[in-house]
Amino acid sequence: MTVHTQHINMTRTPLPILPISLGVLFLGTAITMPFWGQAYWLHEFVNISCFFIFAMMWNLLAGYGGMVSVGQQAFFGLGGYFVLAMGNLAGVSPFIGIPLAAILTAIMALPLSKLAFRLNGGYFAIGTWVIAEVVRLTVANISIVGGGSGTSLTAFRGVDRVFRQHMTYWIALTCVVATVALILLFLRSKQGLALQAIRDSEVAASSQGVDVIRMKLAVYVVAALGCGLAGALYFASNLRISPDAAFSVNWTAFAIFIVMIGGVGRIEGPIIGTFVFWLINHYLSDYGTWYLIGLGGLAIVMSLYMKDGLAGFIHRKTGKDFLSIKRIYRSK
Amino acid sequence: MLETIIQGILLGGLYCIFALGLSLMFGVMRLTNIALGDQIIISGFIAIGMATVLGFNVLWIGLLLLPIAYISGFCFQGWVLNRTLSKDPLPSLVVTFGLSIVIQNTLQMVFGANPRSLDVGSLSTAGVELSPSLTVGVLPLIIFVSAIVCTFGLQWLFAHTAIGRSFRAVSDDREVAELMGLSAKRVFATATGLAFCLIALAGWFQGMRTTVSPSDGPSLLLFAFEAVIIGGMGSFWGTFLGAMVLGVTQQVGFHYDPGWGIWFGHLVFIVVLFIKPNGLFPKTKG
Amino acid sequence: MLLEVQGLNAFYGDAQALFNVSLQLRAGEVVGVLGANGAGKSTLMKSLTGLVAVDKGAIRLRQQPIGGMPPGEIVKHGVALVPEGRRLFPSMTVEENLMMGGYSKRPGRWNKHAIFELFPILEEKRSQPATSLSGGQQQMVAIGRALMSNPDVLLCDEISLGLAPVVIKDIYESLPDICSDGMSVVVVEQDVIVAQQCSARLYCLQEGRVSLEGTSDALTRDQISEAYFGI
Repeated sequence: MTVHTQHINMTRTPLPILPISLGVLFLGTAITMPFWGQAYWLHEFVNISCFFIFAMMWNLLAGYGGMVSVGQQAFFGLGGYFVLAMGNLAGVSPFIGIPLAAILTAIMALPLSKLAFRLNGGYFAIGTWVIAEVVRLTVANISIVGGGSGTSLTAFRGVDRVFRQHMTYWIALTCVVATVALILLFLRSKQGLALQAIRDSEVAASSQGVDVIRMKLAVYVVAALGCGLAGALYFASNLRISPDAAFSVNWTAFAIFIVMIGGVGRIEGPIIGTFVFWLINHYLSDYGTWYLIGLGGLAIVMSLYMKDGLAGFIHRKTGKDFLSIKRIYRSK
Repeated sequence: MLETIIQGILLGGLYCIFALGLSLMFGVMRLTNIALGDQIIISGFIAIGMATVLGFNVLWIGLLLLPIAYISGFCFQGWVLNRTLSKDPLPSLVVTFGLSIVIQNTLQMVFGANPRSLDVGSLSTAGVELSPSLTVGVLPLIIFVSAIVCTFGLQWLFAHTAIGRSFRAVSDDREVAELMGLSAKRVFATATGLAFCLIALAGWFQGMRTTVSPSDGPSLLLFAFEAVIIGGMGSFWGTFLGAMVLGVTQQVGFHYDPGWGIWFGHLVFIVVLFIKPNGLFPKTKG
Repeated sequence: MLLEVQGLNAFYGDAQALFNVSLQLRAGEVVGVLGANGAGKSTLMKSLTGLVAVDKGAIRLRQQPIGGMPPGEIVKHGVALVPEGRRLFPSMTVEENLMMGGYSKRPGRWNKHAIFELFPILEEKRSQPATSLSGGQQQMVAIGRALMSNPDVLLCDEISLGLAPVVIKDIYESLPDICSDGMSVVVVEQDVIVAQQCSARLYCLQEGRVSLEGTSDALTRDQISEAYFGI
């Protein structure tokens, strides 16, 4: 057999035009919205941003890191409670408190990872849920942040309402753009490639010199940071927090729904999914239990019949990825 | 204190039945059934529904519940869960998690949020006097004995019967098991059918012993899971003992402060997971 | 003709592993299949037992097409595999492993007692966990487990791999006894000498194609080397 010598040149795929123009359109609309939009639009945008960031993180964790968690609400709630505690107890402005709370949440994720990482696969999922419950029950017994019935964020007293709404909106928009950009850059980087190698085969990846444990820990902590950010933002915008709302498993349920609809393990998945979720939530959430039965049922149907979600469906029909993280190997 | 510990052990009996269903499905097909708690609750509601509509005696309801559970488990595995089985745990987790949400909200819609219970007449207050100062309920005692019977039965089934061997074979090496002539999908369906019998039994007991309400499911799942991990995976007697440890811890916690009982149980789970990740009673080889 | 493979193409993942492979096996015959790593030997075994999807007509057992049947059906038709690497059930004892082999309940001369007669050491260790045995003894369990289904065709995938030469000799010496009632055997080997000694006819596989076939005694070392390595 003869060996062909080939010069292999690796290039990243060029950034595609269509998504970039859609992104510019979105940004243009979003940046100017406070000047022509109504106040409740801003509020709704902030709420949806929280769902979106949270879903992006769940996708990073489960879709790329292979860690299926049902306990991400632990970090969502912690983010909220950190903003509240810093604001109400130490007088830290929530605008500064939001990023600080995200960082504190990420620090909390370090010890919690020691527990969660002792479990694998499906038992990892339930283990993270237990951790979230422990955090919920612990917070519910701390009276200084309102105990079981929760409390209101008082740090905004004296701040002009319109200014507060606009500031919160700008922070939310910044967070959304930053989340998309950072995850896109990360997945296109060498580390991102390593992460996808781990997802495909841990053994093979570690034999290629990838430090699997470190990589997984990094993803877990980054996901906690993002979830904490989403929670901090949500409760800074909604001004009222309680353990049952902050640590509700429904947050993770919504994230799973968003990611499964959009496409798991695809960066454009949560973007499409959030849009669909927003439509459903906007028009059907009044149906209460029926709405939730529908969401659960749809998640089941998607994972049985359309495992790669709408993004995957579009990809199969058109052969195009919206936001490609693939590399192309060209031989000269 | 002795009374608290005995109450805890009896509570552990109920948790053991929860946990065996989880353990069985995970052991045979590495499948994590997140909807376990909700399936227990829906079994309780079905029992209550049959009691109200058909007016049957509690014992008849239990006997009727088991074949229904077996068939639903068999079909659920055969039609739905078998399609999700792969190295990737995501699809089966999403399907069972989705089912959990569907069950909770369906029950909410049909029965409302109020807790309900299965009327057992005088059995609910009947007690056995162990000493002049110590009386234990007959019903908790029956549940505890059932837990021992179930644990023993499962252990025996796995160790000494053809069904048990087929469970172990597909769990050890599915491909080779199929080479021997087994249909792995059928074996899986049988295992889930059996697990659903345990789930139905658990729901029936839960409805008699305390109450069921639509949102109770997740905490039952967590108790079952904690019992499995505390005891150590891969051994039914380990799960039994793990359930005892969890029951006693919770009961002692409740005794100390009603608000902290559950939290105390979680804490013991975390300590065990941290110090002895293989559980307190790991399976010994050989 | 007992087993007839005609123009078999098979895929391992996305890559084609077998190209137009043909092979015949008569009743009571021992046939050797030789080839280097990655030549397609294991894929051939998996195709014959239904673990790899293939065309229906490509494999015929007593004129009946069995290609693409599920493994559980094929074993009932009388084809059993001793898989590469033995793959005993680790949670089971020696005896339980043998019992699993008899799951298909095909009638015939092989039962637990016949296996214990063939490999007396296994009777001694019948209630020990199968994976606690030595490599050679484990291989006996694997062969015994396949025999328990009373096959007409026994497929042995690299049974000499990782075993000491003495043990290999022992195991291969049991082959004539196994074949004495007309059972046919396909022996897949990397070891040329072993394969040539125990078989009546040989096939060489190279990069998924049959590169040589002939009567074992008539083939020279050079012919085999060429077909084996492609040099």
